[in-house]
Parts: sequence; C-alpha cells; structure tokens
Amino acid sequence: MFDVIIRRASLRFGNHCVFTDLNLTLKGGQWTCLLGGSGVGKTSLLRLIAALPAGETTGEVVCQDGFSVHHRIAWMAQQDLLLPWFSVLDNITLGQRLRRNLTDVFTRRPLLSAEVQEQAMSILEKVGLSAKADVLPQHLSGGQRQRVALARTLMENRPLVLMDEPFGALDAITRLNLQDLACELLQNRTVLLITHDPLEALRLGHEVYHLRGHPARLTDAITPPGKTPRTLDNNGLMALQGKLLDRLRHESFDEQSGEP
Amino acid sequence: MKDSVKPFVVLVGLLVLWHTLVMAFDMPSYILPGPLAVANSMVDNASLLWEHTLVTLSEMLLGLLLGVLLGIILALVLVYFTALRPWLLPPLLITQAIPVFALAPILMLWFGYGLTSKVVMTILVIFFPVATCCYDGLRHTHQGWLDMAQTMGGNRLAILRHIRWPAALPALASGLRVAVVVAPIGAVVGEWVGSSAGLGYLMLQANARLWTDQMFAALTVLAFCSVTLYYTTDRVLRRLIPWQPETSQE
Ligand SMILES: Nc1ncnc2c1ncn2[C@@H]1O[C@H](COP(=O)(O)OP(=O)(O)O)[C@@H](O)[C@H]1O
Ligand SMILES: [Mg+2]
Repeated sequence: MFDVIIRRASLRFGNHCVFTDLNLTLKGGQWTCLLGGSGVGKTSLLRLIAALPAGETTGEVVCQDGFSVHHRIAWMAQQDLLLPWFSVLDNITLGQRLRRNLTDVFTRRPLLSAEVQEQAMSILEKVGLSAKADVLPQHLSGGQRQRVALARTLMENRPLVLMDEPFGALDAITRLNLQDLACELLQNRTVLLITHDPLEALRLGHEVYHLRGHPARLTDAITPPGKTPRTLDNNGLMALQGKLLDRLRHESFDEQSGEP
Repeated sequence: MKDSVKPFVVLVGLLVLWHTLVMAFDMPSYILPGPLAVANSMVDNASLLWEHTLVTLSEMLLGLLLGVLLGIILALVLVYFTALRPWLLPPLLITQAIPVFALAPILMLWFGYGLTSKVVMTILVIFFPVATCCYDGLRHTHQGWLDMAQTMGGNRLAILRHIRWPAALPALASGLRVAVVVAPIGAVVGEWVGSSAGLGYLMLQANARLWTDQMFAALTVLAFCSVTLYYTTDRVLRRLIPWQPETSQE
C-alpha cells in the first residue's frame, strides 16, 4: 500500500492563516489519527486533502506511486450524510448511482449489477444491518446510521479513507463498538481519522499527531504500542491518554491567555 | 376529532352562521340569498353549472401544469446557468409587478377570448411562486451531501437527480401549495375580462341580471373546486415526500 504525502500545505481565509507549511505523511495501510481542539483546522486539512473547497490553499498532496489522490478517497464526515429519501441499501450504493452517466442510462445498464448488490448485502451483514436494507434512515438510531455511513464508505472501496470525527456524536458504548468495527473493516487501508478524543486516537492510531497553535503545527507523532484496536485495560495507554488530555487542556488555556 | 373531519365541521358552522345572518337581518335575496336558496339554484342549474365548471377547471389545471413546468424549468436555469441570472431576473420581476388585472385585456387581445388567454393568465400568476420556491430549494442543498458526491466522483446530472432535486422537493411543495390556491384567480379574472364560458363568465351574467342565488351557486362551486384541489395536492405531496421535515408535532 502506498503512502500519501502532504507537502507544504497551507490554508488561509482572508487574513486569517489557519496553517502554513504543513508536512504530513500518511503511512500506507495504516491509521493516522489527528487530534486537536475545535477550530484549529482539522476539518480544513481534511478538505484540502480531498480537494474540497476550503479557503485559499496551496501545497500538494501526492501518492507515493506518483498518481494523484483524486478518485482514491472515501469521505466520512461528522454527520452521517444519509439521504433521507433513499433506503439503507440505496444509500450505501449512492456512489454507483452518482457515477452512472447518460450512456449507462440510455443503454439501460442495470443500476446495480448483481455483483454490486451482492457486495452491498455482504457489507451490510458485516456492519450488522442486513435486516435493515430496505428501511429509510429516519427509522434508524444514531449508531445504526453511522454504521450505514461506514458501510457506504466501504462500498466505495477506496485505498484512502478520510474520517472527520465520525463517532463524535455517539454515546460512549456505541462509540467503542463502532471503533472496533471500523478498525476491523478498514484494516490495511490508509486512514486519516480526525478526532478530539485522545482515547479514540490512541486506541485506533498507528501514529497519533496533535495539531495545535495559531497558525497550527503538527507535533511529533506518538506511536502507541500494540495492535489496534487497543484494549482499555492497558496502563500505558491510559497514561498516554492522561498526557494528551493534559496537553489539549493546556492548549485551550494557552489560547485564552494568548488572545490580545 | 380526526383531522380529516375538521374542515367539514368548519364548513357546516359557516353554513349555519350564514343561514342565521340571513334570517336575523331579513336580507332580501338579491343582496344575500340564504344557503337553501343557493342550494336550490345549484340543483336547478346543475347541468349549466357543470358545463361551465368543466371550462374553468380545464383552464386552471392546464395553467397549473404548464405554470409549474415553467417554474421548475426557470428554477433549474437560474441554478445551473448563473450567468443568465442577472438577465432573467428583471423581466421576471416585471411580470409580477404588473397586476394581472392590468395585463388581462392585452392577453385577450393577443390570445383571443377562448381557453388560451385564461391558461396564460393562470400561468402568469403561478409560475413565479413555483420558480422562487424551487430555486430556493435547489440552492440550499446540504453542503455535506455535495462534498460527499464530489469525492464519489458523481456527475452533475446524477447529483441533480439523486441529491439536489429530492432535497428541493419540500420547498417546491410549498410553492405548489401556493400555486394551487392562486390558480383560480388567474382563470376567473381572465373570464371576467372576456369570455363566453366558465364560472367567472356565469357569475358576471348572473350578476348583471341580479340572479344573486345563481351567482352564489357558481361561487360555491368555484370555492369547492379550489378547496378540493388544495387538499388533494396537499395529500399527494405528503405521500410523495414522506421524509419532509415536520418540526412542530402540533
Ligand atoms: N468558510 C470559512 N470561512 C472563514 N473561516 C473559516 C471557514 N471555514 C473554517 N474557517 C476557519 O478555519 C479554522 C479551522 O476550521 P476547522 O478546520 O473547521 O476547525 P476544526 O475542524 O479543527 O474544528 C477556524 O478557525 C474557522 O474559523
Ligand atoms: Mg471540524
């Protein structure tokens, strides 16, 4: 699996410089977690990588194999972004729908080939929702909705997965379960997970970065030991969590006193 | 009480009020005929009313169909051809700034005294609310959905069909509800200015002869058609857009 290299990335909104000269390498087939307080520029960095509109940006995002990241990205946002008019199955095959062009429509190529349908059902089974394939999203719980979003991400089957606080709105138990599920299903993919929860970063990340300051810079990577998803009974992990929490708290303190 | 029953209760209440008013003030029937007199006139003139109702209904429905189509096409043009927006907006606003009453004689001159001029009048009063609502709906697609669609590599037409269009439907539905309510105005005003058929024409004729009961009969039929049209549209829209957000649970 190829690394994804972000070189000299910078981003500004008018006079407000969010970050400049940011370098980050996402190791191929591994999870990189990015911690940071709110408003520091995490979402913006993710948008920059995905080439979504975000302020005035410079810098380049390249894959180690020389190709661009374009069309190699699956996007999982803070909200589940399920379309309320589509059933669960239609939601997770949205990509197939959206990529269908006019010739496909005119030649009456079936919307979902048997193969795709089968793949979708097997993914739904993996996330434990095969019984809900024909249900509208409004009849699902928050955790179930996020699992559908995960299934949609898997359906896209892209090597690079960008996730923006995907489990932030869930209760603690549901969140732990989904972390385990995502970790299992997105194994061997290059993942950039943004989170404000140090424990989440430490459980799932092969490398954990912390984005902080104005303009924001990345701290050195923490490489927690052991296989992911790491269990909660690990003392080393808890100590690291304490350290990170302290740093995050300290950062918001700095911010407040740093204001003119 | 069931919601579907409530309109009928209101209706009966109004009829009773009407009847008591006529009795209490001893109104002469050429000023305000009672509900019974009107009902009588409706029965006597049933075939006449039916004939003219069909004319007005076809004007309204045809106008609605074409006006809604025009409104939707305009909204799509405004959204997807941004360069055209400053050119299109002024003429559109002019058509709305001039009252239809003032336009009616000109439309008669151009389109004749038949069906066409009334349909055009109806289109004129309804395309604008439909276009603005649909335009608003199309413009305010949730940015997250569009971002996701972009990372999926979706094409513009498919994004319109599967995301922007369905997302705009609740807004379009509000436009349609307004359209259905104002459509009779276009048709009836058209008939008043010049026609040889339709409920508006019938009302003018009856009015000139002081057949007030017949006038009220025509008015009642018109009101019935409008209200039925509204409720039918509302039901159909609710059925078609089951995900429509309803924030207030009464
Ligand atoms: N559209 C925008 N216009 C102006 N400023 C923006 C915009 N989007 C984000 N910002 C600014 O960029 C900074 C980073 O935002 P964001 O990346 O969303 O932070 P995070 O995801 O870390 O909470 C914030 O300070 C915010 O004020
Ligand atoms: Mg954010």
